[in-house]
Amino acid sequence: MSEVLDRIFSFDGIGGLLGLPFVQNALIACAVLGLVAGALAPLIVARGMAFAVHGTAELAFTGGAAALLIGAGVGIGAVAGAVVAGFVFGLMGLRQRERDSVIGVVLAFGLGLGVLLLALYSGRASNKFGLLTGSIVSVDSTNLAVLGVVATLVVLVLAVLYRPLLFASTDPDVAVARGVPVRLLSVVFAVLIGLATALAVPIVGAVLVLSVMIAPGAAAAQVTANPLAASLLAIAIAELALLGGTVLSLAPGLPVSGYVAAIAFLCYVACRVLGRVRLRA
Amino acid sequence: MGSVTSQSAQPADTRPVGAAPAAVSLRGARLSFGARTLWHDLDLDIAPGEFVAVLGPNGSGKTTLLKVLLGILPLSAGEVRIAGRPPRCGSPDIGYIPQQKALEPDLPLRGRDLVGLGLDGHRPGLGLRSRRQRRERVEAALAAVGGTGYGDAPVGRLSGGEQQRLRVAQALVGDPSVLLCDEPLLSLDLAHQRTVTRLIDERRRAASTAVLFVTHEINPVLALVDRVLYLVDGRFRIGRTEEVMTSAVLSELYRSEIDVLRVRDRLVVVGAEDGCHPDHGDVEPVAHEAVCHE
Repeated sequence: MSEVLDRIFSFDGIGGLLGLPFVQNALIACAVLGLVAGALAPLIVARGMAFAVHGTAELAFTGGAAALLIGAGVGIGAVAGAVVAGFVFGLMGLRQRERDSVIGVVLAFGLGLGVLLLALYSGRASNKFGLLTGSIVSVDSTNLAVLGVVATLVVLVLAVLYRPLLFASTDPDVAVARGVPVRLLSVVFAVLIGLATALAVPIVGAVLVLSVMIAPGAAAAQVTANPLAASLLAIAIAELALLGGTVLSLAPGLPVSGYVAAIAFLCYVACRVLGRVRLRA
Repeated sequence: MGSVTSQSAQPADTRPVGAAPAAVSLRGARLSFGARTLWHDLDLDIAPGEFVAVLGPNGSGKTTLLKVLLGILPLSAGEVRIAGRPPRCGSPDIGYIPQQKALEPDLPLRGRDLVGLGLDGHRPGLGLRSRRQRRERVEAALAAVGGTGYGDAPVGRLSGGEQQRLRVAQALVGDPSVLLCDEPLLSLDLAHQRTVTRLIDERRRAASTAVLFVTHEINPVLALVDRVLYLVDGRFRIGRTEEVMTSAVLSELYRSEIDVLRVRDRLVVVGAEDGCHPDHGDVEPVAHEAVCHE
């Protein structure tokens, strides 16, 4: 037991590891991803789009797998897959029930296709595994540039559309009456999710995208109803999970995604307990 | 397809005719979807401060009329003016109160945020400029509906009545000259129905805000109604309550035998069952006792 724990929690040579360029790249990527994911998360939660994010992530995986097979960049494949998913899910609007089943159908198809494409791929196995569970080694300076551009784009669009998006996400009936283009925003927001998801897939993996795209927003919603405070808290939690998870994973040399998911989950539990206590008080 | 239009604008009768533009003005208005015409040749002027109830069965175009006035649906023919201007999406001239629908308990929104969205939620940006002025207006709107106490509460955890008060504040925060209400009393209990109608009435008296009130049930607002617009299958009548809510007029509109009875201070309409159930099969209004039941 203690051997396992020692294996999981180890800081041997952490100082040296933190000095390595690929580790620094990974930390920068995580910081950028944390900002984007944290900023989007409260709106994702308000719109009840957790499942859509999961579906988007699986299609990013499919796109990444296809890119591997044809020898294109995995990141570009992931972005393409996720954006297509974003369009499809966004066009379905806010009707929960219909959306749920369509996402389920598309997700299963995408995942199956992805598995097939990976089986046909004869390159390095770590490339395959990385798509599903993430890998910090995958972040190089090219990825970093793509990450920076896409993240800037997402944050800018979010800043311009924030108020109508909040309106459309929380109060769609009145938003429609006030002339907010709710349907268009639904598509735009889904594409933003697609872009952010595509950034997250190479780092935390398709399976665990929810831990950075949903958990921070869900946690923040437990303790505050102030939209601005919720966004800031969600960003803080996403940063803590991604940066903390990366650092913790270094010395043991284990997948980063497990640590990120665990920290995000603990934050959610803590916020839930805190919210409960405050509700009683 | 006749209409009985009473052109005298009751609450504004102290004012010389033509002094102020009508809050709402429809001229020869027609609305069609393909071959189907919901209504046509609709002429209606609503004076500032006037309260007009819009009644009629499902699918008669009550909500569609609101959409036209909100500027989200164009007329097929004719002309529409709000405070003298064509309707425009997000116009500050218009306040809108929707049906009460339960909000999710963990919606990341406080009472003041819901109200604030009514002020500038349709505008792009983060809303960081002129925050102080915005806060003052939101505070004032909250105070006007007695909602100061739950400005910081998560909206989803408030009661239906409290949420609907916030809806009134949300509609009034922009200081509109026209208030459009789409069944705002549906699924509220009697006490909260009274509160919401009182708030709407106070506002129109204090600020001469015209009120267009779509409802399937006239009794909760009977005392406030200046005129009724009754729509049935493309036919309509406009006039004072006692002119429209009669057995003869409703029988003609519905083309079947309708009896309108006055019981104490309520109107009971018998024989229009098909017509007066709410559009939403899943929502059974709590206070639904007077109309539609034989």
